[in-house]
Amino acid sequence: MTPLSFVIALVAFTVFGAVFGCLIAGVDRIITARMQGRVGPPLLQPYYDVRKLLAKENRSLNGFMGYYLVLSLIFAILSGAIFFAGGNLLLVVFLIGLSTLLFIVAAYSSRSPYAEIGAGREIIQVLAYEPMILLMPVFFFFATGSFNVSAIFSLQYPLIVILPLVFAGLLFIITIKLRKSPFDLSYSHHAHQELVKGISTEMTGRNLAIVEITHWYENVLFLGYVGIFFVWVHPVALVIAVVVALAVYFLEIVIDNTFARVKWQSMLGWSWAVTLVCTVSNLVLLTVIIRFFAGGL
Amino acid sequence: MSAVTKSPWVLHYDASSCNGCDIEVLAALTPLYDLERFGIINTGNPKHAEVFLITGSVNEPQITVLRQLYEQMLEPKVVVACGVCACTGGVFRECYNTLGGADVAIPVDVYAPGCAIRPEAIIDAVVQGLGILEEKRVLLAAGKLEPAEMPPLPSAANKTLQGRSVALSWKDAIAQAQESSKEEPSEKEAPAQEEK
Repeated sequence: MTPLSFVIALVAFTVFGAVFGCLIAGVDRIITARMQGRVGPPLLQPYYDVRKLLAKENRSLNGFMGYYLVLSLIFAILSGAIFFAGGNLLLVVFLIGLSTLLFIVAAYSSRSPYAEIGAGREIIQVLAYEPMILLMPVFFFFATGSFNVSAIFSLQYPLIVILPLVFAGLLFIITIKLRKSPFDLSYSHHAHQELVKGISTEMTGRNLAIVEITHWYENVLFLGYVGIFFVWVHPVALVIAVVVALAVYFLEIVIDNTFARVKWQSMLGWSWAVTLVCTVSNLVLLTVIIRFFAGGL
Repeated sequence: MSAVTKSPWVLHYDASSCNGCDIEVLAALTPLYDLERFGIINTGNPKHAEVFLITGSVNEPQITVLRQLYEQMLEPKVVVACGVCACTGGVFRECYNTLGGADVAIPVDVYAPGCAIRPEAIIDAVVQGLGILEEKRVLLAAGKLEPAEMPPLPSAANKTLQGRSVALSWKDAIAQAQESSKEEPSEKEAPAQEEK
């Protein structure tokens, strides 16, 4: 990643990340509605929502909440830009973690009991998915010999071949990251929420619009995490990666519509169990591959 | 059409029995009517809502609740009284504890009658409310939006509401009884207080 490629990726991700994230959110709502036997909103409904929120009266319980959320948005964009510029995967993971941390601090700054419970649940969600997200770059390094995302373009085979179980573990925890049932404990897109609106209860107007936009960028980045498992030196690899990422998103919508929300204990237990089983067994697999197929697969 | 009319988020509150209209509000959110076609989402959070759907007649404890919900909503916002009880008090109007419709507590923009109100009428009322929402958005953008005038609070000092006596809270009733036991009852007391 050169400074120039980073700047180009930053501009491109700022524009196309938002557009693509907005379209994904719109398609998500239409598909969800069709699964429930409804017609559903227009494709650009998430865009209308954000436009409306920006036009609303600006009132905040804590003057700093807006700054926290803007910083959260900036770090999400930086993280995505580094990822799509082919930069360091560890840096991407840490920056998006910082973005989530700022979101949690913003919720705590309101001092509202509902937002605080939502923020507490968000922290538990972070605890649930972070081990897997942190181990993913480690396995990426084992497989490619580099932490740079751009290393996948020189691979002779896609990562899914040697890291199938890491991919399975990522699929499991990405449900939490995409805020889908059964793991949408802190904040959900759906109407009925037992704690008013969870972590975003006190975020109104412009602040809520920033939260929505951050979520669009995050979604694109997480689909990028899925995509890197299917890219190798072959020219059609990028197309395959995009198709798989979209298929995974469709799978998440299906899961969202078929599962009820679980308790946080189940989420934490399941996520850690899946992380442990997937990473340890993939480590064994990787050792076997290196032992027997050393010199090239 | 601006974005605000394409994404009105709804908050619904049932002030009192019989809950028939409240169930009709939920019926309007079912796949048969599918309010999300118009971008309408049932939020359950006053801070995210633009449209406030009220069902049922209003009694005194509800006034504080309704005012609090109304004040937590951000401008631009509209209030829709759903069903005849929320419009006027309906069949409960003459009850000892009923003050009247939703407009005794907060300013109402759209009145949608019916007993129970039909989901089609709710959709029509919300769509009519969108016009008012758009007017308020234009005023807000120009910095000219004045907060709507709140109806007077019913209390011992303001015993009549819309020209008829209303039920007092227990506290007020006891204070009034103590007052009247000290002094001789006079009919001119109430108007004299209003003049002050």
